[in-house]
Amino acid sequence: MRSADRPLSPHLQIYRWQLTSVLSILHRAAGVALSAGAILLVWWLVAAASWLGLLMLFGWTVSLFYHLCNGIRHLVWDTGHALDLKSTYLGGWLVVGGTALLTVIAWVAGISSWAS
Amino acid sequence: MRSPLGRAVGLGSAKEGVEHWWLQRITAVALVPLSLWFVIAIIRLVGADADTVGYWVGRPLPAILLVLLLIASFYHAALGLQVVIEDYVHAELTKLGLVITVRLVCFAFAVAGIFAVLSIAVGMSS
Repeated sequence: MRSADRPLSPHLQIYRWQLTSVLSILHRAAGVALSAGAILLVWWLVAAASWLGLLMLFGWTVSLFYHLCNGIRHLVWDTGHALDLKSTYLGGWLVVGGTALLTVIAWVAGISSWAS
Repeated sequence: MRSPLGRAVGLGSAKEGVEHWWLQRITAVALVPLSLWFVIAIIRLVGADADTVGYWVGRPLPAILLVLLLIASFYHAALGLQVVIEDYVHAELTKLGLVITVRLVCFAFAVAGIFAVLSIAVGMSS
């Protein structure tokens, strides 16, 4: 039973960073952030808007849109589709672009709604 | 929610993994329209006073959708956080304690949120 000093995988220090693995761990991080943020959001909704609150709300919306887009990517994978290397990268960039686009749209709409 | 073949053959995990997997996906599908609706609704309420927000929360459709959002999101959060804990915490007792804590906290916040929505809605209709 000599298993302790076997090489372990994934070797995070020497592994080359890839879009697929980065998005994978980000999906998990965003999910955890959303859970913690859902609790904070309740307080924020009660309290007046502050800069720290706005910054945290911005982070929460980025997490939300990322987790939403990548969650849809996961649901597609669950049907057995788009699992090849080319599709995972295409889907990955679509998720990155979609997250940025939705975040910008939401904040432009939010600020113009606040200004009017 | 096990497949008929899985049940007949009796092989595979004896735990509730399939149920967990399905509920995670069902709540995910429900959360796609619910969270988009929520973001749009909140954007339209930015800058509104407390009375306006309260009036919006208490109307039938927003109240119903908010309760559904609270149930789906906190259920989804409890299931997802459980997987994260199970992946990283390997001490059996700590793992069990954390999973139970996450479930209780998610349940408590969902109930608190639903109570808030219902009390506003009932206060308006009476």
